[in-house]
Amino acid sequence: FLGAGGGNDIQWCFSQVKGAVDDDVAEADIISTVEFNHSGELLATGDKGGRVVIFQQEQENKTQSHSRGEYNVYSTFQSHEPEFDYLKSLEIEEKINKIRWLPQKNAAQFLLSTNDKTIKLWKISERDKRPEGYNLKEEDGRYRDPTTVTTLRVPVFRPMDLMVEASPRRIFANAHTYHINSISINSDYETYLSADDLRINLWHLEITDRSFNIVDIKPANMEELTEVITAAEFHPNSCNTFVYSSSKGTIRLCDMRASALCDRHSKLFEEPEDPSNRSFFSEIISSISDVKFSHSGRYMMTRDYLSVKIWDLNMENRPVETYQVHEYLRSKLCSLYENDCIFDKFECCWNGSDRQERLFPTELLLSSFHPLCSIVMTGSYNNFFRMFDRNTKRDITLEASRENNKPRTVLKPRKVCASGKRKKDEISVDSLDFNKKILHTAWHPKENIIAVATTNNLYIFQDKMN
Amino acid sequence: MFVRGLKRKCFDGEEDIEGTLAGIKAIPSYNLQRQSLLDMSLVKLQLCHMLVEPNLCRSVLIANTVRQIQEEMTQDGTWQMINTQSTGQASLDRLVSTDILCRSSREQAEGKHVPGYSTFNKDFEGDQAQDSSETMSTASSVQASRNLQSNVWEMENPQENKGNFQKSLDQIFETLENKSPNSVEDLFSEVDNSYYDLDTMLTGMMSNTKMGHCDGLETFSSPTTTTSNSNCKSDLNELDHIVEILVES
Repeated sequence: FLGAGGGNDIQWCFSQVKGAVDDDVAEADIISTVEFNHSGELLATGDKGGRVVIFQQEQENKTQSHSRGEYNVYSTFQSHEPEFDYLKSLEIEEKINKIRWLPQKNAAQFLLSTNDKTIKLWKISERDKRPEGYNLKEEDGRYRDPTTVTTLRVPVFRPMDLMVEASPRRIFANAHTYHINSISINSDYETYLSADDLRINLWHLEITDRSFNIVDIKPANMEELTEVITAAEFHPNSCNTFVYSSSKGTIRLCDMRASALCDRHSKLFEEPEDPSNRSFFSEIISSISDVKFSHSGRYMMTRDYLSVKIWDLNMENRPVETYQVHEYLRSKLCSLYENDCIFDKFECCWNGSDRQERLFPTELLLSSFHPLCSIVMTGSYNNFFRMFDRNTKRDITLEASRENNKPRTVLKPRKVCASGKRKKDEISVDSLDFNKKILHTAWHPKENIIAVATTNNLYIFQDKMN
Repeated sequence: MFVRGLKRKCFDGEEDIEGTLAGIKAIPSYNLQRQSLLDMSLVKLQLCHMLVEPNLCRSVLIANTVRQIQEEMTQDGTWQMINTQSTGQASLDRLVSTDILCRSSREQAEGKHVPGYSTFNKDFEGDQAQDSSETMSTASSVQASRNLQSNVWEMENPQENKGNFQKSLDQIFETLENKSPNSVEDLFSEVDNSYYDLDTMLTGMMSNTKMGHCDGLETFSSPTTTTSNSNCKSDLNELDHIVEILVES
């Protein structure tokens, strides 16, 4: 057990980069979500143009033992189209806000993708055979004259080039007045939740014309609105439990068994404000942009503008760990407010679990010292991303850039110089490019492979295998 | 973030802020910076209307910031004085460096404050044509010790002055609820021309980053003729009512 989570530091190497090389970014190509499926074989991205691109990891090449399989395009489809809400005279963006994979039950793969208003269930299936030898049809599809049919034959399947088809199986629409920010599939694999700024709805995957409202924080008078929902997620093991975070930095845990409308939380997680750090921007930077349960469900992680916090579900009054992502920005909050960067929503993720998640009693005890979820990752500006090791308390800053694109070359750690004399290889805060933001990152569920999205490129990094 | 022509100064806790007049000119007071932040926030909220899809989370956070500033200004007693100038007609000179605001309250306590507005004051009072009744209504709201919520949202100003930010906030949230072409045009009419200058200045300053939200302003031509606030508000209320019925059904 003691080796779990500890051990050597991971050495990250560049593996691949996907997307256009141009500096001029087409708006539609901006990546808006990244998600591995449950096996890690598939990696899906959604973009601002409403498209979903799925990459598949090729089978490991026995001769090339140095690297794991590469990811190549498997399927591309248009998930959402722009729409117009005539009632409000507003355009509904086709941007894909979130993708969540369903666990695989048969040969086909299923995922949920959502824009601001509508969630869709997509089936992705392979076709590598086709029937030939029909009696009534020619090979090209034309119907034969029945009078020319003199013998009967049985059609047979013959191999064909692999075709991957994506088809929408369910469309869950018209249930959200405000913008959907999260979807989360329940551990029962039958239901899922969708959350917008003010409400959370519960759906059954088979039923599209009905959803249950389980959280509603809309005030009777909209003028009294001071807080919105920013993210929501189901507990990984308890199908009755979910959490949602708010723009005021709170997380509420709700139990659906308690009542039909979960407006009263079971637990409220909130860290008291540090009065010495108070400024006009305190509330804005406390707004939580992402919440993720650990694999065991014992912990959850939240991301606010400057930090990542780990919470123990048994302790509501403060997080158990706090990691500063880019504290040097604290003195720049004014300019970041001015250029709107302070409203950027960064996501965060846990490392994949490299073992089965059955926690025996002794494991449970030890997991609090050597948590299976031992590394957290999140993005920053200047195409930097950060990782924090919960065991060693060490952290690292890496850069997603085409300049480091030699496979198997270990990435060089980066450092930002907050003030004072800038050392060689350090970057000063004022030269950070705030247009280059890494909002979306994902970690392979089983291996040390990570996907990091810059504005319009997807980088894949792996650990150095010896 | 920096006023044209002003020398940028690096802030650290030990710097002597109290100094010569020239020094004061270069380092604006906390009050001015706070005012500047207020103006900036109001511009952002107004810009929300011009966006096709206002981001509710962002709007709420900005509105809360505005409310915080107003609350502090009310407690200071500076609210009465500051609001003699219409917050809607922000002139370029009022956008000052807001470095001080980035410092935590602990740092500010350690540093020294320059009270008052020094030489910037004359720029404010000179070129604004204000009704005295505006000052009076503001004074009465300050004296009325109601909670902050009602101060921000319910204060009635008998004068239909442009840029009254309470009304703006009011309209903003109603509009966010139910956007309609009428209300958008009416709100456009509230926008003063000086906002376009603001936009140029902001985009000019932050050359590193793109002001995506300001792009809307560039395509926007001069505002339509002014309509009175009261018409706008009753129209909104009616539409509000109708749309609510339609949407809920």
